[in-house]
Amino acid sequence: MNKQITVTVNGTEHTLEVEPRLLLVHMIREVLNLTGTHIGCDTTSCGACTILLDGKSVKSCTILAVQADGKSIKTIEGVSAEGQLDSLQEGFHLNHGLHCGFCTPGMIMRATELLENNPNPTEEEIRWGISGNLCRCTGYNNIVKAIQYASAKNRGVETASTEPEFV
Amino acid sequence: MQQNTSAIDRRKFLKLSGITGTGFLIGLNRGLANTVVTGYFQPGADVYEFTPLINIEKSGTITIFNTRPEIGQGTWQAVPSMIAEELEVSLDQVTIVQTGGEKKYGPTQWVGGSSSVRGAYTDLRKTGASAKEMLQKAASIKWNVPFEECYAANGKIFHKPSGKSLGYGELAEAASKLEVPAAPKLKDPKDFKILGKATPRPDVPLKSSGRAVFGIDASTPGMVYASIERCPVMGSKLVSFDDSATKNVKGVLQVVKSERIVGIYRYETIAVIAENYWAALQGRKALKVKWDYQGRESFNSKNFETKLRSLSSQEGLLDHSQGDFEKSFSAAAIKLEAFYETPFVSHSPIEPMNCLASWTAGNKLEIWTSTQVPGDVVSGTAKEFAIPEDNITLHTLFNGGAFGRRLINDYIYEAVDISKKISKPVKVIWTREDDTQQGPFRPLTFSAMKAGLSADGKAIAFQHKVIAPSLEATLEKNHDKTKVNKTMTEAISEQKYEIPNMKNTYVAADFDMPLLYWRAVTSTTLAFAHECFIDEMAVKAKKDPLDYRLGMVKKSSDTEKLLRKLKEVSNWNKKLPAGWGRGVAQYEFFAGLCGQVVEVSKKGKGIKIEKVYAVIDMGTIVNPDTVKGQVEGAIVMAISAAIKSGITFDKGQTMQTNFHNNPVLRINEMPVVEVHIIADGGEVIKGAGEPGLPPLAPALCNAIFAATGKRIRRLPFDINNI
Repeated sequence: MNKQITVTVNGTEHTLEVEPRLLLVHMIREVLNLTGTHIGCDTTSCGACTILLDGKSVKSCTILAVQADGKSIKTIEGVSAEGQLDSLQEGFHLNHGLHCGFCTPGMIMRATELLENNPNPTEEEIRWGISGNLCRCTGYNNIVKAIQYASAKNRGVETASTEPEFV
Repeated sequence: MQQNTSAIDRRKFLKLSGITGTGFLIGLNRGLANTVVTGYFQPGADVYEFTPLINIEKSGTITIFNTRPEIGQGTWQAVPSMIAEELEVSLDQVTIVQTGGEKKYGPTQWVGGSSSVRGAYTDLRKTGASAKEMLQKAASIKWNVPFEECYAANGKIFHKPSGKSLGYGELAEAASKLEVPAAPKLKDPKDFKILGKATPRPDVPLKSSGRAVFGIDASTPGMVYASIERCPVMGSKLVSFDDSATKNVKGVLQVVKSERIVGIYRYETIAVIAENYWAALQGRKALKVKWDYQGRESFNSKNFETKLRSLSSQEGLLDHSQGDFEKSFSAAAIKLEAFYETPFVSHSPIEPMNCLASWTAGNKLEIWTSTQVPGDVVSGTAKEFAIPEDNITLHTLFNGGAFGRRLINDYIYEAVDISKKISKPVKVIWTREDDTQQGPFRPLTFSAMKAGLSADGKAIAFQHKVIAPSLEATLEKNHDKTKVNKTMTEAISEQKYEIPNMKNTYVAADFDMPLLYWRAVTSTTLAFAHECFIDEMAVKAKKDPLDYRLGMVKKSSDTEKLLRKLKEVSNWNKKLPAGWGRGVAQYEFFAGLCGQVVEVSKKGKGIKIEKVYAVIDMGTIVNPDTVKGQVEGAIVMAISAAIKSGITFDKGQTMQTNFHNNPVLRINEMPVVEVHIIADGGEVIKGAGEPGLPPLAPALCNAIFAATGKRIRRLPFDINNI
């Protein structure tokens, strides 16, 4: 039997009839058509499905849609208005923080909460803070730089040059 | 995997107007403030096609068609950049459209072998330069001024003496009717505005805002979902199945028998079709299936590896011979032998395999997917399902990684077959478990190494014998077993070491499951044996490993230059702290040439990778930042393959299932990486995507030897317990 839930997604309230065992990620992708939240493993290993649930980053592949009843969800689509980039998105752009980009929405949602709780993290705090999110392409170091860029920009600190070294 | 370099005459310039565009518009970029349009590419009115790759509309809109799918490697920027540079427009002024295997876009609609830039650099520049010259000529005719008094800049043609200008849109119609220049003048590289510069990639804003469309994100009205049960023992026969419980799952619509076509194999499968993916998955779990394993359940890695070791006594097929190996080896003052072993690995791109297919009346077919090979998707599907290629519309979407996995069409044929059977658009999605367990895998290679040195340590005899399954044997029906499968001996006979007596051979091992090219293919395993053994020779010769290599490498070769650069940038001769060690390796193969120095330190019982220095030899580059990113990405993949992942079999089944037991390196485990690019310019261009992989494992293991005295000859190994 379906259950009625009310969720606020990226600022818009939705009342939905959902199957009680429907996973939150499937609700986001298939019911709400917000396909920026990805699925990479179904088992909380990879973090591609990371979203913010009442401001806390969670892996939406292992949460039921009904558990989000009455709560507020933020997905990658809600991070900035179309045509604009927030400091993290800008950091990924300027620091080449992604290659295929499939993991990036999850990375950005996780990093959003990280910077919320710790506006000026050390490199090690960033690495441990993001260690639940896998990337197969980049070599990770530019992701660290992207988050450092956002942290600095949020705090109004001049950011270092991102000019790559090359012979 | 060799790139067939295209010639400009194959892309006949067309002078058409009012043509209908094709391709799939996955993003329209206007610099940082990206606007996104997703859907069919619909050109505006009065479109002029300068070549199939460039459209200019009367309104001024310029469209560049990218034939090389974006799998994360940066082709969505790099390929249009080569055209835009010569056309004198910035990428911000251009709409980039990904092609979908249409005939008019030619045979380069695929990515692999690190070939996208090196295979097209001059041709694509000529394409842009020709269009620019035609626009310039149209302006000079219109103004009745000499051609030489005009020049192109920023999407306009200017008349230098008067300063007047016309936009490309205003000139498009007249220009498109002109003769295509036979030999357009290319820019002097010192005048480049885009090529060679580190420019942020235009796809990043789309991908960091959730607006990029990957294959798995595609949808179409009336779409249903399929989850497919494939036998865990690949190659088994389906005896029967009971879907009564499946049909009781809410949302399940029907169950159909289907097929997975992968390489030479055709596997029977059962597809559960449902209104949503969750229901399809639950329905699949409720299936009761009887398979006939046909004896395949007795296959396991332990016995297979024992078999490979015993095969090493065989002579094998000759890959390469010079001098007299046997005679010089038996006469050598110093002899050494070693045996190296590597694992099967999965590709594991982060986006699981998926395809949306819609088979409609009149045998029309529409496909949305992530693929490396749009051209082959169209031609292969047409052949497999016996329909004309013109009946197929393919939308090539952003790939969430590929690493070789998306070179074949098994997951696409699955969706097409099911859609044809149920007459509905259907999206097939693989689970991570499907992806990890069902292959195709990178083959393992075992290597029996022999070397003979003179009393003063000079290498006089060398043998690399490869014992491995044949990749081609699982991909090609007509594979000839009596010939060396060159992929399995990839580049072992092409290193620049000058050793007078050499004999390299290949012993094929029977293996009956799908195999496939993995990023940097077999060089990823062969370089491990080859370059660790060179290190063992240096140790026996009591020489510094880097100087030992320099001493036997061909003088003035790219390899020599690379090693010298590596020695310099890694501060090779600088003393390391106690408990540290450094190792070096290089490997040259079809994709290019990279060398690495790895520094490690002892940490309790284990080893920490402190730093990786990489030097990649490129010749000419499009975006140094992308090259650097590719090398870093290759290094993380190579570290994972060396110390984390590995596919093994028991009872005929893959033992690994998901990232918890087939792990990849995480961000907190990633060492510092410093990438240096040798870019001397010139026409010879090497690849960027793959060369960073092969040197990592040997450089790492050589460093561990330097730090601990322990020689690692088998991958993967536990770095926390050396």
